[in-house]
Amino acid sequence: MSLIEIKDLHVSVDGKEILKGIDLNMDGGEIHAIMGPNGTGKSTLSYVLAGKDGYEITQGSVLFDGKNLLDMEADERARAGVFLAFQYPMEIPGVATATFLKTALNAKRREQGLDEIDAMDFLNLIKSKTKELEIPYEMIKRPLNVGFSGGEKKRAEVLQMSLLEPRFAILDETDSGLDIDALKVVSDGVNALRSPDRAFLIITHYQRLLSYIVPDHVHVLVGGRIVESGDKTLAELLEAEGYARFEESEAA
Amino acid sequence: MAATQQTVDAVRDVEKYKYGWETNIESDMAPKGLSEDIVRFISAKKEEPEWMLDWRLKAYRLWLTQEDQEPDWAKLKYPKIDYQDSYYYASPNLGDAPKSLDEVDPKLLETYEKLGIPLREQEMLAGVAVDAVFDSVSVATTYKKKLNELGVIFCPMSEAIKEHPELVQKYLGSVVPYSDNFFATLNCAVFTDGSFVYIPKGLRCPMELSTYFRINEKNTGQFERTLIIADEGSYVSYLEGCTAPQRDENQLHAAVVELVVLDDAEIKYSTVQNWYPGDEDGKGGIYNFVTKRAACRGKNSKVMWTQVETGSAITWKYPSCILQGDNSSGEFYSVAITNNRQQADTGTKMIHLGKNTRSKIIAKGISAGRSNSTYRGLVRIQPKAEGARNFTQCDSLLIGNQCGAHTVPYIESRNPTAQTEHEATTSKISDEQMFYCQQRGMNPEEAISLIVNGFCKEVLQTLPMEFAVEAQKLVGISLEGSVG
Repeated sequence: MSLIEIKDLHVSVDGKEILKGIDLNMDGGEIHAIMGPNGTGKSTLSYVLAGKDGYEITQGSVLFDGKNLLDMEADERARAGVFLAFQYPMEIPGVATATFLKTALNAKRREQGLDEIDAMDFLNLIKSKTKELEIPYEMIKRPLNVGFSGGEKKRAEVLQMSLLEPRFAILDETDSGLDIDALKVVSDGVNALRSPDRAFLIITHYQRLLSYIVPDHVHVLVGGRIVESGDKTLAELLEAEGYARFEESEAA
Repeated sequence: MAATQQTVDAVRDVEKYKYGWETNIESDMAPKGLSEDIVRFISAKKEEPEWMLDWRLKAYRLWLTQEDQEPDWAKLKYPKIDYQDSYYYASPNLGDAPKSLDEVDPKLLETYEKLGIPLREQEMLAGVAVDAVFDSVSVATTYKKKLNELGVIFCPMSEAIKEHPELVQKYLGSVVPYSDNFFATLNCAVFTDGSFVYIPKGLRCPMELSTYFRINEKNTGQFERTLIIADEGSYVSYLEGCTAPQRDENQLHAAVVELVVLDDAEIKYSTVQNWYPGDEDGKGGIYNFVTKRAACRGKNSKVMWTQVETGSAITWKYPSCILQGDNSSGEFYSVAITNNRQQADTGTKMIHLGKNTRSKIIAKGISAGRSNSTYRGLVRIQPKAEGARNFTQCDSLLIGNQCGAHTVPYIESRNPTAQTEHEATTSKISDEQMFYCQQRGMNPEEAISLIVNGFCKEVLQTLPMEFAVEAQKLVGISLEGSVG
């Protein structure tokens, strides 16, 4: 049994079918990349897996560690170990980043039957994590994502991921809006989290990110279907040739 | 599974008011209803001097002529109050006043424990003197001795009337006169107790003064009267917090708080109000008609009101500042949360009389369920208030689509050198924000509590430490059941 088993997943939004039968199995330790042109259902897939409202699942199933993921609320999924690094992280005015992180961490600890984290332990943990990710410590005192630059927002996402230690992490266009230095820091952060019991699903438009986070499998999503799968060389091919040939076949 | 059970329990708890219990201490009660006899009864019970009774009667007779003139300008809907259907005096049956906590009825102490006010611990650890009002009569006053040595007077109003008549006569009713408004007039006639504070010249009161109010007898209207005087160059921080047991009848509460601030003095007055708000359908709950006003009489005097209003079915409350002394300043920080069928009409009045007077208003209203919240504020600059300045910010946050938020600001400037600024926003908690928080493992109620606490931060951070933590929890508790 794989860690994540997506079977014949069909999803509609306002009666319009966006995903038209996705099949994907992922094991712990694996990094899968989903590539594809804009408006092809990449973000829909990430939101559906994370449990956002507004998506109608018309067919298919998703098993996470043998459990029916689609039956769980978004927060239950998160506490079970599903993490989504957002393309556009939300601003939470007035809530210090540290406060937000602590609340999230304690929600997970509660699920595991642990006590809330001790204030000093939390500070030490945050100090070491921010150092690893080259995040200025001052940043965690600022309200979450408020006035953050694009790069800071993405670093904050990786910081959260690193703190919450998910078993299944989805990175939705994490490379968008990042300059090359930030891209490297973020990628290093993700690579540091690679582990045999953790799977990553990386959604991206460009091959660029995949030179830093090297995937085991690459899938091409066009018109709501995975039209081709391969190893990392497929990404390089796409970078060179673009998506035109898949789009043509989709139209035909 | 454990967490699921926790969630189930949490949801179940929403239906019960957190502090919903009742102690069965027999009350020494006046008969039901309001009459001149009742006013005399209260005054006699309190062993008051003649001048006090005369004042009460004057107020009562005025109130009689206004009985049908209850204020109706607020955006509040409630059935007509039958003033004859209430009790106006009840006291815990204690016999002689206790000399120490050891003499206090253990049942009372138990009640305080439930309320989270372990008096003993507070006395030993917290350094907070507590004047606990239980059913209108103060039963325990701590730290009195230490405060006495400093020249601070902190005692029940009934005691101040007997022990410090010169101060009470000079200042009582000097900020909120007996003829001020319908509810204040009623309070003058039948107030039973409250707190009296006098801070002597030049003293920075070393501890925060705190009082906890609690309504406990059935149908007992609570009419507190509080008077705080900060003499020249002094400072005091006063905390007021309250919870009440659950009941079905609507309970009337009409308190009056007067603050007098002399030259270079400062009073910081913080309130956390968490009275029973009624059930989901709006049954029961406290009616809270409060008149709070500060007179900044002296030059450079300063008042800071902070309020966190989460309870009561009806809130009618406008803590105000009369900025009479030159360079005096008034600040008002408010969080008002309404859920289910609660209604709040609250705000402030800043009356600028002196030169270079300044005022600042930060009001945050959060409405959920089918509740309604109104900010009502007046900034008035009088002709002599040369160089006066005001800044007002009103933010409303809506949760769900059946609640209402209203802002009614009045600005009257009669001096061309004055500057006033007003900013207002209305927002909703977005689905995206909720999803973001939930994606990080927070359940919907935790997410709401976090977002709302962020929204209120500017106000909550003005609270003294002891209150800030409690207030943050209250914000979460009072919005339980508002999602899902």
